Amino acid sequence: MRIRNLAAKAVLSPTVLVMLVCFYGCALWTAYLSVTRSALLPNYQFAGLFQYVRLFATPRWNVAWSNMFLFGVLDILGTLGLGVLLAVLIDRQVRLEGAFRTIFLYPLAISFIVTGLTWQWVLSPTIGVQNFVRGLGWSDFVFDWITRPDRAIYTLVFAGVWHQSGLIMAITLAGLRGIDREIWRATRVEAIPTWRVYVSIVLPMLRPLLVTCVVLIAIAVVRSYDLVVAMTGGGPGYASDLPGKFVVDFAFERANIGQASAAAAVMLASVLTVLAPYLYLELSRRDR
Amino acid sequence: MSAIAAPARIGRLGLYAFLVGTALFFVIPLLVVISTSLKSLDEIRDFSIFAPPSSLHFAAWWKAWFAACTGLNCGGVHVGFWNSVRILIPSVTLSVLAGALNGYALSHWRVPGADLILLALLLGAFIPYQVILYPLVKITSTVGIYNSLPGIIAVHILFGLPVMTLLFRNFYKGLPDELVKAARIDGAGFWRIFASVMLPLSVNILIVATILQTTGIWNDYLLGLIFAGRENQPMTVQLNAIATTSTGEIEYNVNMAAALLTALPPLLVYFASGRFFVRGITAGAVKG
Repeated sequence: MRIRNLAAKAVLSPTVLVMLVCFYGCALWTAYLSVTRSALLPNYQFAGLFQYVRLFATPRWNVAWSNMFLFGVLDILGTLGLGVLLAVLIDRQVRLEGAFRTIFLYPLAISFIVTGLTWQWVLSPTIGVQNFVRGLGWSDFVFDWITRPDRAIYTLVFAGVWHQSGLIMAITLAGLRGIDREIWRATRVEAIPTWRVYVSIVLPMLRPLLVTCVVLIAIAVVRSYDLVVAMTGGGPGYASDLPGKFVVDFAFERANIGQASAAAAVMLASVLTVLAPYLYLELSRRDR
Repeated sequence: MSAIAAPARIGRLGLYAFLVGTALFFVIPLLVVISTSLKSLDEIRDFSIFAPPSSLHFAAWWKAWFAACTGLNCGGVHVGFWNSVRILIPSVTLSVLAGALNGYALSHWRVPGADLILLALLLGAFIPYQVILYPLVKITSTVGIYNSLPGIIAVHILFGLPVMTLLFRNFYKGLPDELVKAARIDGAGFWRIFASVMLPLSVNILIVATILQTTGIWNDYLLGLIFAGRENQPMTVQLNAIATTSTGEIEYNVNMAAALLTALPPLLVYFASGRFFVRGITAGAVKG
């Protein structure tokens, strides 16, 4: 018995070691670098909150940081709203359900790079929507958000919703299909309108699932990098920068390890903040 | 009949109208990219990208595959394609295998601290790449695999560990314990049970895991950019370099053909395996 367990332990030990060193060790390493004087090269002399003070005094970081909230709120609302709505509509026994599902889900198979480039082309004033509408005869039509510093961040929402709402639809639809048939029968007897049943009964029953969805989208927002790189390159200037891009640029292009680490630590803190309600749900469900 | 049915029919019509409208929002960007990739540059200059091509030109596809330029390298995306294949095959095989073994060890064998390992994996799945990127570069260069094929493969396996392990663990947890007990009484050990009892039952979950990792690794950009090195740049990295290189007139048709070629492998996987793909992304998204 003990010898047999040895095999299980032997199989798991590289994973445990790698998780300890590469995930948690590296995260601590980054956290420590963020409280040192590191600049071009790592420097392990403790410097308190120096890097954070400097970070939040950097205009580019402040733009990236507030963009994260702006993009995050709109992306969550858009993706969750559209995803849940599509799931509810498809749940109403539509014809060609399979075709609709296939269409709503295919963007998920496409990389954020291709997604970002595609939307960059579609929204480009010179070849995209603006050019198309002008061609229809409305010659002073303007839709140049992707090139405007005050609007570029909003264009990311189009691409984000396009890419992710299929996932929310699939998760929600699975949840809707798991709802007890008796509940529907009861509401029909009471003659409650269908939309009321969804809003007041069915969707509240799916609350844990929807919380999970919000957490998933929020974490994707905090991590997001490829999409903004391909779509706007963080521009014009750094107007559509996001923390995920700030960290990579400062670590590898601008070679400022201290600032990159402080920004990365802020990202980690953001993820943990978002994750707290999810983990709470998840762990309390396990206990049950 | 009509007094009651009329509003219902209008509602039904609205439902389909909304679904079709949303389907167009999902499909149009892809159609635009396909049709533009088949146009000549003259036609792109003179007509909207939303107009269908007047005649089909495959020159852009040929150029994208064999001769598109990133800086001074004009080898086309076929270079990146083969790099991606070389990265993909070992990364997917090894990470799925590691996940299966870990999941099996964690579900049917008593391992000290199993709950802690699971929690560490669950949390690890959410840590943004950016948080541990710089330390990982330091580690991989100390080991001597930074900027190399083994380096990028190792990093993909590393980041695949949490999700793959949890996926298989949840699957194996659902299999009856009696299977393992009976095999043990027959004298089979850890490896023997894995090979002759577990693996034959795992065909579906192996397909799901393989699809999840294949699309995930093929679509990766950030890890390939940082860890693969110039010689092994995956297709996404090369595509973005081609699309953002702007010397002279932008060849939209070539860029869009390159984007399609990059998106094609995961799209084929998606269309060939719809049900498994959906299971994979929803299981990968909602762990537990």
